[in-house]
Amino acid sequence: MNIPDCPLPTQPTDCITLAHGGGGRMTNRLIESIFYPAFANQWLEQAHDGATLPMPHSRLAFTTDSFVVSPLFFPGGNIGDLAVNGTVNDLLCCGATPLYLSAAFILEEGLPLDTLRQVVQAMREAATRAGVSIVTGDTKVVEHGKCDGLYINTSGIGLVPGNIEIGLHRVQKGDAVIVTGPIGNHGVSILSTREGLNFETTIESDTAALTHIVSNLLAGVPDVHMLRDPTRGGLSSTLNEIAEGAGVTITLDEQSLPIEPPVRAACDLLGLDPLYVANEGILLIFLPDEHAEQALHIIRNDPHGKGARLIGHVTDDRRPEVLLELALGQTRVLDMLSGEQLPRIC
Amino acid sequence: MWYDQPFRETRHLTALLRAIRQEAARPIRIMEVCGGQTYALSRYRIEELLPDTVQMIHGPGCPVCVTPAETVDQALAIARLPGTTLCSFGDMIRVPGSGGKSLQHLRTEGYDIRIVYSPLDALDIARENRNRQVVFFAIGFETTTPLYTLLLSQAVAERLGNLSLLTSLFTLPAAIRFLTRDPECHTDALLAAGHVCSITGIDEYRKLARQTRRPIAVTGFEPADLLYGIYRVIQLHTRGEARVVNAYARAVPPQGNEKARRETSRFFTPCDARWRGLGTIPGSGLKLRPAYEQYEARNRFHCTVSLPNGTNPCRAGEIMKGKISPRECPLFGRRCTPDSPMGPSMVSAEGACAAFYRYRTT
Repeated sequence: MNIPDCPLPTQPTDCITLAHGGGGRMTNRLIESIFYPAFANQWLEQAHDGATLPMPHSRLAFTTDSFVVSPLFFPGGNIGDLAVNGTVNDLLCCGATPLYLSAAFILEEGLPLDTLRQVVQAMREAATRAGVSIVTGDTKVVEHGKCDGLYINTSGIGLVPGNIEIGLHRVQKGDAVIVTGPIGNHGVSILSTREGLNFETTIESDTAALTHIVSNLLAGVPDVHMLRDPTRGGLSSTLNEIAEGAGVTITLDEQSLPIEPPVRAACDLLGLDPLYVANEGILLIFLPDEHAEQALHIIRNDPHGKGARLIGHVTDDRRPEVLLELALGQTRVLDMLSGEQLPRIC
Repeated sequence: MWYDQPFRETRHLTALLRAIRQEAARPIRIMEVCGGQTYALSRYRIEELLPDTVQMIHGPGCPVCVTPAETVDQALAIARLPGTTLCSFGDMIRVPGSGGKSLQHLRTEGYDIRIVYSPLDALDIARENRNRQVVFFAIGFETTTPLYTLLLSQAVAERLGNLSLLTSLFTLPAAIRFLTRDPECHTDALLAAGHVCSITGIDEYRKLARQTRRPIAVTGFEPADLLYGIYRVIQLHTRGEARVVNAYARAVPPQGNEKARRETSRFFTPCDARWRGLGTIPGSGLKLRPAYEQYEARNRFHCTVSLPNGTNPCRAGEIMKGKISPRECPLFGRRCTPDSPMGPSMVSAEGACAAFYRYRTT
């Protein structure tokens, strides 16, 4: 009788298997061979379920976000740097100095380890650029077909200096609204890659952590009222959330909105409105109008802020809505996105 | 300079508006036939710039809006069949059938419904899923139909037995003729859709202008294109000339696209068609020729549905005839919004109701 070789669960493989999520040796090997070397720091090396972190007396900012982008790699970035940059930017929007991140991975059985390595490498580089440490994490593996290759959740902690007060309650009539760069690049980049649309020019995602823009801005401008990153739902939906939350009217000047010609052309072709397309590497800034020029000067000195523009003002504090002033002086409501933006037929 | 910029520049728009004001002494009702034009008119709020004598009427040129509810019901029935994958353009998946459910609802229930950007994507899906029947929900006008011929010619060449189309195809000239004969639909002039004419050419519209005794401008979709088209039809109306002008010559060759028309004729033949909100219009649709009937999903699957009982109070039909404005519909902005559309013209970005709602002033 032939006795087959025992299929050892720890045999080397180039792909994620369900055993990688079992919490046993394979999980351990994955953590030690991929995650630890990539994110190495003294807090992670405590090798505990969580990290014990030194915390000076200050206000804590805490945020979490999940990343489920498809495809995993796109022009200008991948799910890894997106997961770090997105959470760092959320902390920055609280006026915090980002310090520590957690990274939780949901991996699909069959995911090539090489893909995971590339994503983790991108996370490490993004974390280094943003000045944060990835100090704890988690790994789960799901069966083939149960997720889109790889999902990442990142949570982040940062400290808010005592003199910084950023929030909806500070948004007021007379505030200038600044955007730090052109809009729509990220969403159009993802869409064109996912759908295999061959435009004449490659539109790159603008994913980036805007740490230096925010730290220089907070240091150089006396009174910043509000910071937000207009990600899903685009510029319009984010501004509507702010208008609703702060109870103010925000009026934008259509002519001043920074939209790069290839993005505008791609949106026209697909029947999408760039004002509703997702962004990753830009921020909306509300501050007193008298500081707007100074803020623009600071932002434009940063490589990620070269396309910064003053796009509008808070014009009223009685009616929560966003208005768009068109080229010939007409005004229309800029609504929130209803459902998902769908491409047109003809 | 980027290509579209000159057609959005303030100085050009101001000059065109000045010309329109000088020309528009007599009242004129202009129907823009195409949904893309309705969308652009609303997005750029062009109507409020026009003099009071000029009134725009929003025609039936949105393929999502005119696809009948029973066709949506057929798509829903096919999508529910075991082993079927239904492919659709994005807009169509949100259109409710007569029971209130849409393809989007079915997708959340686990049925295999896929949004595609091009009909040709359905080819790949059919090739990769030979054990499933792949159905493309093929709606549209003269512009979209040539894409379906590419899909069909490839399916025929590869003998793909698991691919079919649920067709709901319309042609505009017969509908325009029908509307201009409707005593309740008052129009003095028409803006014809530039992208449709880039396929059909303008000969048929020459005939249409003579038959309907109305001036027609073939028009594009940028603000300056629309204003120029409006200016030209006002000019013709003032002179009493019922003829066609090509106000979109940069995209519309007078002879159109002969190859696209040839391929369309190879696979499709004219038929009477039911338009949602307008009823049956003779000769205004396209159906597969007998030689290709096996590619019609209706023939391949049992998807008989009963005609809707007409209880939906949506007044899209009257809106498309220019009898009422979207704002006059009692559902508009109340029970019917883009978040919970009661009718197709609130679903599609090119539907008059959705465009009016999205680009409203208050």
